[in-house]
Amino acid sequence: MSAPAAHSFALTEHPSFAALRELFARRIAVLDGAMGSMVQTYGLTEADFRGTQFKDFPHDLKGNNDLLCITKPSVIEEIHAAYFAAGADIVETNSFSATTIGMADYHLEHIVTELNHAAVACALRAARAAEAATPARRCFVAGAIGPLNRTLSMSPDVNRPDFRAVTWEQVVTAYTQQIRALIAAGVDALLVETIFDTLNAKAALFAIEGVFEEIGQRLPVMISVTITDASGRTLSGQTTEAFYNSIRHAKPFSVGINCALGGRAMRPYIEELARIADCYVTCYPNAGLPNAFGGYDESPADMAAIQREFATSGLVNMVGGCCGSTPPHIKAIADTVRGLPPRQPSLIPTALRLSGLEPLTA
Amino acid sequence: MTTSAASTFLVVGERTNITGSPKFAKALKAGEWDACLAIAKQQVESGANIIDINVDEALIEGEPTMVKFLNLIAAEPDITRVPVMIDSSKWTVLEAGLQCLQGKGIVNSISLKDGETEFLRRARLIRRYGAAAVVMAFDEQGQAATRDEKVRICTRAYRLLVDVAGFPPEDIIFDPNILTVATGIEEHNNYAVDFIEATRIIKATLPHAKVSGGLSNVSFSFRGNNPVREAIHTAFLYHAIKAGMDMAIVNAGMLGNYDEIEPELRQLVEDVILNKHPDATEKLIVKADAIKAELDAAKAGGAVAAAAPVDAWRNDTVEARLSHSLVKGIDTYVEQDTEECRQKYPRPLDIIEGPLMDGMRVVGDLFGAGKMFLPQVVKSARVMKRAVAYLTPFMEAEKARAAAAGEATRAQGKFLIATVKGDVHDIGKNIVGVVLACNNYEVVDLGVMVSCDKILAEAKRIGADVIGLSGLITPSLDEMVHVAKEMKRQGFTVPLLVGGATTSPAHTAVKVAPEYPHGVVHVLDASRVVNVVSALLSPAQKPAFMAEVSAKQEKSREEFAARRNKRTLLSLADARARAPRFDWAATDIPKPSFLGTQVFRNATVRELLDREFIDWSPFFSAWELHGRYPDILTDEVVGVEATKLHHDALALFERIIAENRFQPSAILTFWPANSIGDSIEIYTDETRAQVLHTFHFLRQQLEHDGGKPNLCLADYIAPKSSGRADYLGQFAVTAGPGVETFSHEFKAAGDDYNAILVQALGDRIAEAMAEFFHKKERDLSGFGLTENLSPSDIIREKYRSIRPAPGYPACPDHRHKPQIWTLVPVENEIGIRLTESCAMYPASSVSGFYFNHPESKYFAVGKLGKDQVADYAARTGEPVSETERWLGPYLDYNPA
Repeated sequence: MSAPAAHSFALTEHPSFAALRELFARRIAVLDGAMGSMVQTYGLTEADFRGTQFKDFPHDLKGNNDLLCITKPSVIEEIHAAYFAAGADIVETNSFSATTIGMADYHLEHIVTELNHAAVACALRAARAAEAATPARRCFVAGAIGPLNRTLSMSPDVNRPDFRAVTWEQVVTAYTQQIRALIAAGVDALLVETIFDTLNAKAALFAIEGVFEEIGQRLPVMISVTITDASGRTLSGQTTEAFYNSIRHAKPFSVGINCALGGRAMRPYIEELARIADCYVTCYPNAGLPNAFGGYDESPADMAAIQREFATSGLVNMVGGCCGSTPPHIKAIADTVRGLPPRQPSLIPTALRLSGLEPLTA
Repeated sequence: MTTSAASTFLVVGERTNITGSPKFAKALKAGEWDACLAIAKQQVESGANIIDINVDEALIEGEPTMVKFLNLIAAEPDITRVPVMIDSSKWTVLEAGLQCLQGKGIVNSISLKDGETEFLRRARLIRRYGAAAVVMAFDEQGQAATRDEKVRICTRAYRLLVDVAGFPPEDIIFDPNILTVATGIEEHNNYAVDFIEATRIIKATLPHAKVSGGLSNVSFSFRGNNPVREAIHTAFLYHAIKAGMDMAIVNAGMLGNYDEIEPELRQLVEDVILNKHPDATEKLIVKADAIKAELDAAKAGGAVAAAAPVDAWRNDTVEARLSHSLVKGIDTYVEQDTEECRQKYPRPLDIIEGPLMDGMRVVGDLFGAGKMFLPQVVKSARVMKRAVAYLTPFMEAEKARAAAAGEATRAQGKFLIATVKGDVHDIGKNIVGVVLACNNYEVVDLGVMVSCDKILAEAKRIGADVIGLSGLITPSLDEMVHVAKEMKRQGFTVPLLVGGATTSPAHTAVKVAPEYPHGVVHVLDASRVVNVVSALLSPAQKPAFMAEVSAKQEKSREEFAARRNKRTLLSLADARARAPRFDWAATDIPKPSFLGTQVFRNATVRELLDREFIDWSPFFSAWELHGRYPDILTDEVVGVEATKLHHDALALFERIIAENRFQPSAILTFWPANSIGDSIEIYTDETRAQVLHTFHFLRQQLEHDGGKPNLCLADYIAPKSSGRADYLGQFAVTAGPGVETFSHEFKAAGDDYNAILVQALGDRIAEAMAEFFHKKERDLSGFGLTENLSPSDIIREKYRSIRPAPGYPACPDHRHKPQIWTLVPVENEIGIRLTESCAMYPASSVSGFYFNHPESKYFAVGKLGKDQVADYAARTGEPVSETERWLGPYLDYNPA
């Protein structure tokens, strides 16, 4: 048996480590819900997305939600505030695609640093306001690091299986810039999320480690994978345990599953993670599977009931919502897990834990 | 592989290593990527757990080639299922490879060759990439050849990696250099021994680190002579694995079996590997030349070279071949040979009664003489079944013709067998069925939990010549008595056999035999059953046999009566007066970390195996191989068979794990509790105001020598009057419903050997779960955290705390189980249900109580006096007659 080993020596821990550890040890933490579905309710136009800053930009910008951190910061701050008000302990910055690779679609590679700074600022303002409203409340901001639209372990061209649309160096460089900006602007943690290609995630973790070494300090790293089909595999083909073996070297603060499947279909894989993970386990599913109209049908009560069962079964340390969830969903979830004990991280025997698409323990 | 260490041994496929495979080298140089992928795939299919990829070649550009090949295999799920070992002598190639692996792979290799600074830089990068590393026993001065150099360099590397670079020790894989032996240079003779001994020391002194090596080097002197190389590899691995070697880079398709190396060659090879004497090399070279000459001659003669000596028996007559297949349990050729016989013999039945039964008679004789063992017999039965299954359609056709012509047919005898009502255990019953079937009895197996009515109705319907009853739990004894009474009442005259763990010659003589006048015989184990049945069915032998059995049973009854008269029990009051006295004020009573119930579904078969929670000794006893594990594996008499059986068990465990066949789960509960007399009250909560349930226990009444106390489980819980807060734990664990399902699949396919093996492994997993969760219970109670015991100490129960199970000697009343079930949601949560006799189903389950008192120990309640039974009946609120029925075997008197 071994507890998660201490981090390597030279680096100090960011103060948020202690605060988050205290929170997770005491109770089940609550993450926020979807950003995209909330933005949609504002009915923003191309002009809103452009704001004054990009009024004359030669390309369309509507749909670039991350850009709203600069052009409509009040909307983003308001959404974060609604989630804090619903009972979220942690909100994610609106920076899912804020890398040079993600912004290339909009020809906005040059604003990535500014974009991440703005995203963190929106979330921090909402956090400080929520703290001021309730004395002794602590609100956290996690820097969201999304999966990229180009993948390192799959070819976009079926006739050239060895082709890759992007290189490891390019991915590490892109993530490094985003991570530096998120940390410089003051996030409490980093959340590498919606992982569907483990190799992209490994590049992000490699970049994170590099930035930590630059600044001489570590922040809590939260990792969340997406299981895309009912066979329980990631899009790049790994099983849950194989995935965990692939990212465990990063000594994550937490590991979890988010997005694609709704909570109900996610259960066996959350249970698997709960069994094998020697760190905290998190879960923020979509509000069910997408319906015929691309919407999500699970009501706040439905979603809360599913996550309550995860909590009572001792499977989770943090709950929340992904696509289709709203502040009422998060409120129902926060209310239902209140007072339920958090999962205890598993003590797993020390072993050589390898993986291909499947795990191998020796 | 046939050593126990081999269970976790990993095979790293070497065929995608350009230096190890000319075929791969050729394909890679020619840019034939499909051929390269086919080689990789074939490696995985042949059982490689990891594939080694090496593209180091002067004419190939390393980095892009490594990247291209890794990207190609990433698109092949059949290959990329397993982890990759990126192998290169160039760091830049290794790093390019690391950037292509989504899984956690292994870098092969780094070493201190280029100095500490570079070594640490690479190690830190490997860690950031998330890979494990092979570390060669090289330093600035060069390659380590001797044991001490290997150990010194590996130790230095380990300390640097763990202490300076923060590298996880479990991700370090040492390669202490397998160097070539039998080169003719005297100083090379000890190279294999150096490796093996270094491995032993590294594994003992550098915690969690693994040992690997490239195997082909060791036999390099014999290149061109594959049979000898294979023998060297196999024997080398056998010894290196025993010393702790965890993995090796080998050709996954070409690993031999240590036991199957031709003995003379094995001896010569071992002498070389273990450097037994100075002329070992010389002798092996002579033998190798002879083998080579034989091979060349065979090749020249156009025969199938390598196969020739192995398959010599295939040149025998078809009858001899069938006999060989049966005795050796080989099912490869049985259908082919049976068909050949069918062409030769007039009727299919002639083949069964002729060559097949002749072969089985040899098996029976060898088994009877103790020269074959049960696992082999069951394998032989599998071959027999295949042959009979092949012939069945032909016999059906013949029977149809015979029936049309108005003839009748009959087998040697019909044997009806069943596990009695309320009982679910059937491993032993299945073994008996198989052994009888081998001997051409028609066996009708009614399965488990069969009611008396059904057994007797079926017996009449089929015209059974013998009825056999099996049972493992004590209430089954009563059921057997009931069946015997009913057989008498219904006018049966066929003999009745009883067997199973709970039965005994004494119980059969005293309780069962008097109820049925036509012969009740206790069968101790499967090896005796054929003799018993053949004697009973032979009109000539039966009278003498039954006379002998009756005489023995009469003697047994007399002894029982005499014993009962001689030994007097203490009165219940006296026994209670001799209860142990504990100083409760000073007793350490641990408070569990939670009260109420917790369900655990997170144990895995892999973990139970890895952490050595499996108690193997009873597994071998189930197969009638007696001895303690692991000594039994090297036992002079049964060692070889025990080793094979163990090997089969480990292989099946791998399949069980791979296919997720078992679903082990557990439920644990703790209650506030205090004792009152011989009973234990449990309370709804810590206020101890409301009694939730009272468990009543039984006390030893036999007078002990030396004033030793008369024990009762309630003694181990603080009395209410002591004012101390105490706790009672309860548990139930199971291997899950998959055991039965998987076993039935094998049975349906006619593979009794694996069907029984699965059940036996299910039982081992249930017991391992009980042990594993008892450890957890002790940890949850606090005192377990500091106990520091080895796995074998745990299996030998060298810890504080006991977990007596209802129905076993310390608390013989099975009715404790339904009481636990009402308090703890065992059935709902982990799916174990109880039969009317309180047997647990699935059968691979265990349940019981936890007592944590520092002096708690297992004991047997032993015989019970009428006074205690009456007192116990009053406490439980059940009628005395009902109580006597449940405690039957423990009563010291004959109930009215």
